[in-house]
Amino acid sequence: MRGLLNFLIKYHVFFLFLFLEMFSLTLIVRYNNFHRVSFLNSSNVVTAGIYDKTQSVADYFSLKHINETLSEENARLRQQLQSLLLTDIENASDYVIGVDTVEAYSAKVIRNSVNKQYNYLTLNKGAGDGIEPDMGVVGADGVVGVILDVSKNYSTVLSVLNGRWAINAKHEKTNHFGPLQWDGFDPSFAYLEEIPYHVKIKKGDKIVTSGYSSIFPEGISIGEVEEIEHSSGDTFQEVKVQLSVDFGGLFYVNVLKNKNKEERIELEKSTRNE
Amino acid sequence: MNKGLTWYIVLFATAVLVQVLFMDAIQFSGLVNPYFYVIFILLLPLYVPRYLQLLLGFVLGITIDVFSNTPGIHASAAVFMSFLRPFFINSTNVDEKDRGKIPSLMNMGTGWFMKYSGVLILSHHIFLFYIEIFTFSNFINTLTRSVLSALFTFVLIVISQFLIFRK
Repeated sequence: MRGLLNFLIKYHVFFLFLFLEMFSLTLIVRYNNFHRVSFLNSSNVVTAGIYDKTQSVADYFSLKHINETLSEENARLRQQLQSLLLTDIENASDYVIGVDTVEAYSAKVIRNSVNKQYNYLTLNKGAGDGIEPDMGVVGADGVVGVILDVSKNYSTVLSVLNGRWAINAKHEKTNHFGPLQWDGFDPSFAYLEEIPYHVKIKKGDKIVTSGYSSIFPEGISIGEVEEIEHSSGDTFQEVKVQLSVDFGGLFYVNVLKNKNKEERIELEKSTRNE
Repeated sequence: MNKGLTWYIVLFATAVLVQVLFMDAIQFSGLVNPYFYVIFILLLPLYVPRYLQLLLGFVLGITIDVFSNTPGIHASAAVFMSFLRPFFINSTNVDEKDRGKIPSLMNMGTGWFMKYSGVLILSHHIFLFYIEIFTFSNFINTLTRSVLSALFTFVLIVISQFLIFRK
């Protein structure tokens, strides 16, 4: 016993080193598995508060750019509204389905990164504003990510630029779907996988959300096909997609709430159990 | 020239804020991510008890982790660097009169400081980038990114010496 104690005391630095490393690795692995350590992320009051303050200073320098993107979005929405008004309402049932099931909250991005392996955003809205985990986040140009954690006034978003997550995406023309994932290199491209060889895909084709998960409604833009990679021996083709959102220049986003989510999840669960 | 506890607390806070507010915003095609915060570990007095160095390294790392949503990644790299530091210091001959000092560029001489910070920054960055990506596939790419980033951090830290310790 005494010998053991002496041994521990003699090598206490090394054991402390091992202990701290083990502890850190546990944190990493646990986070990998989406067990969330909520106080250890940037939605907590202190860290989000600091980002909020500094972002509001930084905003003054980008007001021009923000204005331009907002007015562009305005113009686009007005155009869509016009074309909707011109459509004969009775033949327009395609447009009307699903309109009532989605609610959108506007939020400001107070923290963003694109140069890490696992990128996250922090938003200035939280549980107090009705934000919940697993809600979809979209920008003016398309899909941005999904809400990961919420505190009272802030929330963190798992960005599309994060290898720990894949969006369910589809090829708009043919409706063939597969997971779309970022490979950790260039923030403007991601890869759509599991598209069988017989599907004809051309450069410039649109890739949109599939609507098969309850996070995003169907048909929200993700990006355009940049090139198709055929690797021999593979049963699927890999599609390189140019993302439509410029992740480096995000200021305002919308958080989407699917009102029928619980009902849908409940139903899908009961089907699976039978 | 010795510094007290207050000075180290200010250094800690500055290192963290500079890292999360400015350094994390630097983007050169996703290749370069400088991790300037290691300056705190580099400037700890030469002969602090080793367990204290490890604990301080851990606290620094976990603070950065909380800001960047990467629990454990920076903590493990900072602890690793704090663990290596005494080995480097012991392997060089430090004068008796220099022992109580801060290992800054002015106190220790340019050559010593460059070797010291170069070795430690490089080992920290390589450890960090491999832990972050958690795989040895893309080995060369990860190595390139860590070496380039380490180089950038190194230049920043050498420049910062002239700002922090100006006479």
